[in-house]
Amino acid sequence: MRGIQLSLNQTQRLRLQTALELLETLSSKASLNASVTVADTIPVNYEDGVLKGHGTTELDGEVVATVCGVVERVNKLVYVRALRARYKPEIGDIIVGRVIEVAPKRWRLEINFIQDAVLMLSSMTLPDGIQRRRTAVDELNMRSIFEENDVVCAEVRGFQHDGSLHLQARSQKYGKLERGQLLTIPPYLVKRRKQHFHHLEEYGVDLIIGCNGFIWVGEHVEAKDDMVVDDQVNKSEQHSSKSKSWTSLEEQEQAYTHAETRQNICRIANAVRVLSTLGFNVTLDVIMETVYLSSSSNVEIHEMLGAEFCVLVAESEAERRSSSAKRKG
Amino acid sequence: MEYVNPEGIREDGRRPLEMRHLHAEIGTVARADGSAVFEMGNTKVIAAVYGPREVQNRSQQLNDQALVRCEYSMPNFSTGDRMRKPKGDRRSTEISLVIRQTMEACILTHLMPRSQIDIFVQVLSADGGTRSACINAATLALADAGIPMRDLVTSCSAGYLNSTPLLDLSYFEDSAGGPDVTVGILPKLDKVTLLQMDARLPIDIFENVVQLATEGCKAVANYIHEVLLENTKQLEYRRGL
Repeated sequence: MRGIQLSLNQTQRLRLQTALELLETLSSKASLNASVTVADTIPVNYEDGVLKGHGTTELDGEVVATVCGVVERVNKLVYVRALRARYKPEIGDIIVGRVIEVAPKRWRLEINFIQDAVLMLSSMTLPDGIQRRRTAVDELNMRSIFEENDVVCAEVRGFQHDGSLHLQARSQKYGKLERGQLLTIPPYLVKRRKQHFHHLEEYGVDLIIGCNGFIWVGEHVEAKDDMVVDDQVNKSEQHSSKSKSWTSLEEQEQAYTHAETRQNICRIANAVRVLSTLGFNVTLDVIMETVYLSSSSNVEIHEMLGAEFCVLVAESEAERRSSSAKRKG
Repeated sequence: MEYVNPEGIREDGRRPLEMRHLHAEIGTVARADGSAVFEMGNTKVIAAVYGPREVQNRSQQLNDQALVRCEYSMPNFSTGDRMRKPKGDRRSTEISLVIRQTMEACILTHLMPRSQIDIFVQVLSADGGTRSACINAATLALADAGIPMRDLVTSCSAGYLNSTPLLDLSYFEDSAGGPDVTVGILPKLDKVTLLQMDARLPIDIFENVVQLATEGCKAVANYIHEVLLENTKQLEYRRGL
């Protein structure tokens, strides 16, 4: 079994098995029959006029899968949706990435794509928020915006003609992410939604579910122009050395994350980890349910990654899906 | 030396046309994009695939296809005698090359230009047929990584000892010095991608032995297909909708 290397005892193993079997029976029969592996022939009823999409190829007039996944049919188009694969970007996706290189006029980001993504200096709002040409000075100050290993949130802008992926960050909601945890899960567990930024008010935590399977859990920051404030502070800093000590104190206060918030971050992050090891779809609802489950059953944060809680989550997920199936049916 | 006794039983209790027990497991390396463990009897191989990812060495970047790299290693603990072998010796370089060429033939590299795919195979326990086991493990790992492929590549070896064609040689039979034919096929396309032989064989016997190895490959292909389908179904139903 993928990813699950827990030391389960006899009862836990049985419980997990029953929960997973229930999930298997719940999932629609049609989708299970549509699973294919590499080199499987995909049955096509109408012989000609079939459009072969991603993950398929033609062999002796038959449509053959080239990846393992689920066959999807849209009118005449037949394609295979690969499950475990790298992220496939679509324009407008919200992604979280890590800066790996500061190059001239651009940052290179690791986003679990087949290449590194490019974030141009010109396609992001500068800290001062003014629309203007980027000068050589801006280029020299690039490291003051993002450095190597910074975690950045951005949007997919499009593909260049050479196949490289360009990103943009033209809003205050994008940019550097600080004081939190970055989690990487397989991208097929994330579904594209209208909303990928979530502010969990009761925990004071921001949750960004990147389409590329990078999930950010961090302390909530107001989407205000605090960079502008910083800028002013910096200016006043230059003016008088007296204000310097005051700034550093304030900065320290700003940089401090309360223990409670830290615990909340860890709890939510562990919930995501459990869901991804079990291979369940990761959405806000499911994450929050897992968090409630952990706090209502008094599971310590570090115990959330243990065998018992894993089984609990599987059981509650099976229950949730069966109840929603009943509501539908 | 008698490798097949008069009752037609081999040293490890198999019939001449019998394979060893197969076992495969997918997703054994947590951080890899795709990984698998493949066992043929006592031979056990682990494979991990990373990529397609950004090319590490820019000068090697190919603008129309992906770069496939392969590293084979056989640690000291995998064999009976713990001889210290330097890394990058001739044998492992050769097997790396063989695996790379075999896998490159089936990966649709033109779909992933300017990227690189790394395949790492390591022999955890060697008991003959490591080459075949490595190829089978690499196929599974590539399929797990969601890398588009023309077909699965499967491999199996066969030999000829005591004037009997033998399927899937063990280390004991392999070290007898007789001919050892390793065949790799694309089962769906029914094509041969790999054919290696040590020693010599008369042409009519050679055909028999290759036929036998091909049958073995097909049996492996069936097993691999089953494992992959089961894995795909499991991922799908767990994810839900």
